[in-house]
Amino acid sequence: MSFLLDCPNCGPRDVNEFSCAGEVTVRPKESPTLRELTSYIYFRRNVAGVQREWWYHRQGCEIWFQAERDTRTNEVLRTEIFDPAEQEARAK
Amino acid sequence: MRLPARPGERLDRNREVTFSLYGKPVRAFEGDTFGSALYASGQRIFSRSFKYHRPRGLLCCSGSCANCMMTVDGVPNVRICAEPVREGAVVRPQNVWGSLEHDVLVATDKLAGPFTPVGFYYRTMIRPRWAWPLYEKFLRNVAGLGKLDKQAGRANRYDIEHRRAEVLVVGGGRAGREAARKHAAAGRQVVLVDEGFVDPLEGVDVISPGRALGIWEGGLVPVDAGRVLYRFRAGKIVVATGTIEQPLVFPGNDLVGVMLPDGVRRLIEDWGIKPAEQAVVVTVDEAGREAAAALEEAGVQLNGVYDLRRERAREIVARGRGGVLRSVEIDGRKISCDLLVMSGGRQPAYSLLAQVGARIEYDPERGVFIPTDIPDGIEAVGSVAGEGLDGAVPAASYNGASGKGKCFVCVCEDVTDKDLKRAIGEGFDSIELAKRYTTVTMGPCQGRLCHVPSIRLYARENEKDEATIGTTTARPPWAPVTLGLLAGRPHEPAQRTSIHHRHKELGARMMWTGTWRRPHSYGDPEGEAKSVHDSVGVIDVSTLGKMIVRGSDAAEFLERLYPNRFGDMKPMRIRYGVLNSDAGRIMDDGTIARLDDETFYVTTTSTGAGAVLEWFEWWNAVWGMDVEIVNVTGALAAVNVAGPRARAVMRSLTGIDLSNEGLSYLDARDAQVAGVPSLILRIGFVGELGYELHFPSPYGEHVWNAILQAGEDFGIRPFGLEPQRILRLEKMHILIGQDTDSESNVLEANMPWIAKLDKDDFVGKWSLEHVQERGLQDLLVGFEMEDGKVPLEGAQVVLEGTRPIGRITSSRWSPELRKAIGMAWVPAEVAEEGKSFLVTVDGGFERATVRLRPFFDPEGERLRS
Repeated sequence: MSFLLDCPNCGPRDVNEFSCAGEVTVRPKESPTLRELTSYIYFRRNVAGVQREWWYHRQGCEIWFQAERDTRTNEVLRTEIFDPAEQEARAK
Repeated sequence: MRLPARPGERLDRNREVTFSLYGKPVRAFEGDTFGSALYASGQRIFSRSFKYHRPRGLLCCSGSCANCMMTVDGVPNVRICAEPVREGAVVRPQNVWGSLEHDVLVATDKLAGPFTPVGFYYRTMIRPRWAWPLYEKFLRNVAGLGKLDKQAGRANRYDIEHRRAEVLVVGGGRAGREAARKHAAAGRQVVLVDEGFVDPLEGVDVISPGRALGIWEGGLVPVDAGRVLYRFRAGKIVVATGTIEQPLVFPGNDLVGVMLPDGVRRLIEDWGIKPAEQAVVVTVDEAGREAAAALEEAGVQLNGVYDLRRERAREIVARGRGGVLRSVEIDGRKISCDLLVMSGGRQPAYSLLAQVGARIEYDPERGVFIPTDIPDGIEAVGSVAGEGLDGAVPAASYNGASGKGKCFVCVCEDVTDKDLKRAIGEGFDSIELAKRYTTVTMGPCQGRLCHVPSIRLYARENEKDEATIGTTTARPPWAPVTLGLLAGRPHEPAQRTSIHHRHKELGARMMWTGTWRRPHSYGDPEGEAKSVHDSVGVIDVSTLGKMIVRGSDAAEFLERLYPNRFGDMKPMRIRYGVLNSDAGRIMDDGTIARLDDETFYVTTTSTGAGAVLEWFEWWNAVWGMDVEIVNVTGALAAVNVAGPRARAVMRSLTGIDLSNEGLSYLDARDAQVAGVPSLILRIGFVGELGYELHFPSPYGEHVWNAILQAGEDFGIRPFGLEPQRILRLEKMHILIGQDTDSESNVLEANMPWIAKLDKDDFVGKWSLEHVQERGLQDLLVGFEMEDGKVPLEGAQVVLEGTRPIGRITSSRWSPELRKAIGMAWVPAEVAEEGKSFLVTVDGGFERATVRLRPFFDPEGERLRS
């Protein structure tokens, strides 16, 4: 891995400055069944293609943001600061 | 022998430089390389070959091959033909037992039988089996090139620099310079790197010599510039790596005196050296003819020029004595010479392009491989793209089977045509497999001089064409690189508290905890622990993670993160909290003080500080609440004053009401302590009355000194981590990561009181509910040993007559209780007060009794006193 990532604060930086927290997951709203809970905690889609991920600029401004990355080519299509309200709207 | 000065030469003949070989001085001019200076001084043998220890001389004279590798100032495997001379440098030959001229191991060249062919030691040295260690010892000694002086320490300092280039041009030849000029003229920021010495170029940042090691994703191109590794990020990469001259394959093609045309021209044109007295040229392209012209001009007698495009010589055999060229036979005609120039055509140096996914196609007309389908963002210009190549497929090669001497396909690894033919005979029909078996192309030249010849030979022997045989995979590094350069500077970060130097003065034994340096003890752990119980002690806890969490949603935020309640907390009160993941696992613990309605002061463990900050920030990003989190770990120092006389000590440092009513257990207070604005937290990890002071770091030493002075009359002692661990164990306070692991949850770690499962939601709640549903399995309990022996941490817990059922996580001798105590994970049915189990101690079993309540002051009376 040696690509660049656009930090929403700092601009393009070496990927080594960041840590990746994996695909974006959605936390159940209500008390989940055991199956729903384990699937939320342990299961990931692991796609070969574009996926949304959490990234943290650990050796920089320490901001969390989301990136859309193609897991096959490591091409980063976009990065943005996550807006929960927007996600809520998208879900509807 | 030097020629008269000529225009364009690289020498400054007014400036002499002296270095040594074998301790003997060698004179050179500024502008020389070690190789050119040695050649000018008459040196012809530069190395001994890898396997047969055959004498080898300059071949490519451009830093491609391994023929001139020597150790320079302790750095092995330096290609001295390309390394500029330095005053006083110490140059030593390598891979030699004896001297360059007389090497004992040349015997391997003469020995017939099982010793030499490819793969010999897989076959030969496995019998008798018991002898393998002897073989191995010998092989390890003779194998490999160059030796590192392990005692020498780090002789060189290397650095890594991160740089950017809008356009990065690799190769400073005609095409590369033209491309660089064009991009610079268009206003782009251009960097040009070249392996050799190139002239500056206006408007372009030229790095020379600098070797591009490869092209990685995101336009990453590391460039080896000797002492600095530049990690270039390039928007666009122009590859102008040109071509590499290919040798011909015939018996004796490795003799000292057989050279490639560009190397010969460099000796003459760059360094003003007359390379030989009598020369013969055998060529398939114009390069050989150009070399012939240069030789003639330098006054070398040309005894023949064979252009294989016209004269189809069927057999070429080079002959020599002692490994040095004497003559060449062409179709039976013997011509004496001390220099044989061979030119097998130019092969585009496509490796960098192949690494990034270009397709490599064979051009049967010119007998070379050409890169096509160049990926986006990369451009190939000049001869690497096949421009201006005029060669022809050499017909007169690979006929070495007639028993007229060894015929080398790969000089770095000493692979002969016979070895490759043998590999084919053994069924290695793919060039990739043959590469692994024979190591052809795997030597220091990375296939520069042997890739094409080996493919040509494979095609011929398999009666296929080169396109069918194909190429092997191109991988970085394209040029050899020292490991020191890749490593950069050694860097071991250490964090020290602002009181660090006082600890050293007080004789502390320091230890690592994560990246922190902390006092293990001040030489007497048990005595230090005792003084906390009997009187008063002080410990530096500045390493604790510290955060301020503020905002209108701060209380709600903490309610969601921690399993216990925070909304109902009164200002200036403190609660203990344990962080869980959604999987219900314990992550970290610490204290949370509410400073006002919207502000909380959160502490974490010392090693968990970074992870907890990330965790808080992440949930804040997910929930988007009105909360700000500020990390004040480094900004604030913290010390804990603990013991029955702690109040008395504190009284002389601050004016606030310290009575049990004025500041009771789990109260927080802002106060001046020794004149420093501090936050006092009344908490007690070590089980005695305790005050934890948090204040600005710069006052660390001042406050520390004031406390020690104020406590002098009470016999105050500083205590380190080890006494703290004894003390906390007496209280059965857990250490995250010591008593818990990534599987532990609060219910089974015996802290069920902390999980308020009636709360609407908190991180980890659902998992804890499921733990409760399935029932508790293993529990964390305290134990005391019956006979006082201290088991090892990690020792096994055993039930009589059965298999292991648990493990010890902490154990210490408590001088206060005069007992061996500890904590352990045991099955639920054993986790009852008074039950007993066995523990492995010194290979035997000892009995331990379960204790569920703190060993010391179980009611917490001293803590609250």
